[in-house]
Amino acid sequence: MSFEYKVEGGDFTRAGYASSQVKKMLKQLGVESNIIKRVVVCLYEAEVNIVAHAYRGVIYITLSSESINMRLVDEGPGIPNIPLAMQKGYSTASREVREMGFGAGMGLPNIKDNADQFNLTSEVGKGTVLEITINLARQAA
Amino acid sequence: MEKQFFHHALKIVEDACIGCSLCMRVCPTEALRIKGGKAHLIEDRCVDCGECYRKCPVHAIIIEQDDINRIFEYKHRIALVPAVIHGQFEKDVSMNEISTILKSMGFTWIYEVEHGAGVLKPAIEKLISDPTIPKPLISTYCPAVVRLIQVKFPSLTNNFAYVKAPLEMSAYYCRRVLRDLGYHNAEIGVFYVTPCAAKIAAVKAPVGDESSQITGVINMDLLFNRISKTLRNKAEYLSAEQSAVTLSPASMLWSLTNGEAVNIKGNTMAIDGMNNVIDFLEKLENDEITNVDFLELRACDEGCAGGVLLSSNRFLVAERLRNKAKNIISANPRSKGDSTPPIEAYFEYLMGKVKIMDEIKPRSMYSFSDNMEEAMKMMQKSRRLMCFLPGTDCGMCGTPGCQTLAEDIARHRAHISDCVFIRQNMEENGKLHPDTSKKIMKKIWGKENFEKNCFKKGAENESN
Repeated sequence: MSFEYKVEGGDFTRAGYASSQVKKMLKQLGVESNIIKRVVVCLYEAEVNIVAHAYRGVIYITLSSESINMRLVDEGPGIPNIPLAMQKGYSTASREVREMGFGAGMGLPNIKDNADQFNLTSEVGKGTVLEITINLARQAA
Repeated sequence: MEKQFFHHALKIVEDACIGCSLCMRVCPTEALRIKGGKAHLIEDRCVDCGECYRKCPVHAIIIEQDDINRIFEYKHRIALVPAVIHGQFEKDVSMNEISTILKSMGFTWIYEVEHGAGVLKPAIEKLISDPTIPKPLISTYCPAVVRLIQVKFPSLTNNFAYVKAPLEMSAYYCRRVLRDLGYHNAEIGVFYVTPCAAKIAAVKAPVGDESSQITGVINMDLLFNRISKTLRNKAEYLSAEQSAVTLSPASMLWSLTNGEAVNIKGNTMAIDGMNNVIDFLEKLENDEITNVDFLELRACDEGCAGGVLLSSNRFLVAERLRNKAKNIISANPRSKGDSTPPIEAYFEYLMGKVKIMDEIKPRSMYSFSDNMEEAMKMMQKSRRLMCFLPGTDCGMCGTPGCQTLAEDIARHRAHISDCVFIRQNMEENGKLHPDTSKKIMKKIWGKENFEKNCFKKGAENESN
């Protein structure tokens, strides 16, 4: 199954909608709660990244009983230095964004820690594509 | 072996139910359906919050209680009374007066539930300082919230504070005092005067805890009626002498919103009202909430002052209790001539009992199937059905909304032709005979709704 969620840059009031929807679906599938938590953390962080940094974006979700693939494609300033952006604590978020409780510089590294597959590409002046895959099947004990 | 369902204190009286569907529309866990013109409960979804009980216009939803005569099976008959009783009456009714009335009903020892709150503060703070327990620690005080988390937010079951309620602590204390005097446990009956349905369910089938110390429950409204009657008839006697208040101000307010949270060290928050609690848990589950050590969550607006079995307005109850707490100069745990050792004397004993021993397990209500492939198929089916359902959430299918109908169909609990929009289309295309269509309508809403009835509420000759 595939779903699409549009994200508007700068609209923090609606941030978290996609993760709530995805969370409900994963509960219906009976996915283990620690895996659901990893998916939600990744998706929420990534969604807020678009809201905080880009002009607009689309989240493409592909869901099967094996895995969930989340592709977040945004139109925005892009990331000039990806290795730097992947460092814990590095942030370009404005003071306003930080005051709202976002932008601690943990977003991308945290997503990577929680993802089974992580792929980040960006073009300065155009936008960023972040692809995250998380396996849903129960881990063999 | 796990019990399959929760014990429920809420029951639907079919004969009284008029199938108006108001309950179905307010249920926060989508646990109600209409079939044959009557409300039906999906038991493993109900958390006993009582929203349906509040809404029912014909009192067709009742809360079970124990037969008051059961108290006479015991030599010692203890009534545990919650502090919210004080806020029930316009007049300041003292504990002495309440005791007199309860004793006339046959109880031998009247004790206030919230005395048992004293041991909880250190027990909760100890858990907060334990780095192995995820934060925020979530209070287990409100049993409806505990069940809500089990069914709707299973991942948060790890955050529960495994401490028992003040009620259980007071019951341990009362039993211990009597045992120290040489009586056997079997001679002691502990009866709880409950402000809500969830507390009953928790006593009858404690989530996580092996067995309750409570023998039975008496509903608060029964006691309210007795006291109200006595107040009317014996106004003079009751307005006489006031007794010393024995609860501390903190204990007096424990059951109100923020009653726990303000007493716990660290960053604490208190949230009340079923929908507010659900919104907040949703955020918590998304990891949007940080820096909170302790969360007090109450299903009822204004905490237990809003309990479904209370008769007085919740805001008045809370205000009266706060005023009463303000006027407590010093907690005086003993009245003159009372030789019973106070609860404080058993602090160590109670601290040894305060922990909930069994695991409070998740009981997710969402999952379509234990098999993920199967669940995927059912989810696909329900999503495909949503392409055809109108999305109006009119409830005419007997479920709370289009999405619930789609899910029920995927679970083989309902049929696509239950939807009135779909039926209209089918009739137009000659795929459904109008007679069959009406039959379906009657199957959901019952025959009576098609007949003239001038006795119904709001009609010409309204009569109940």
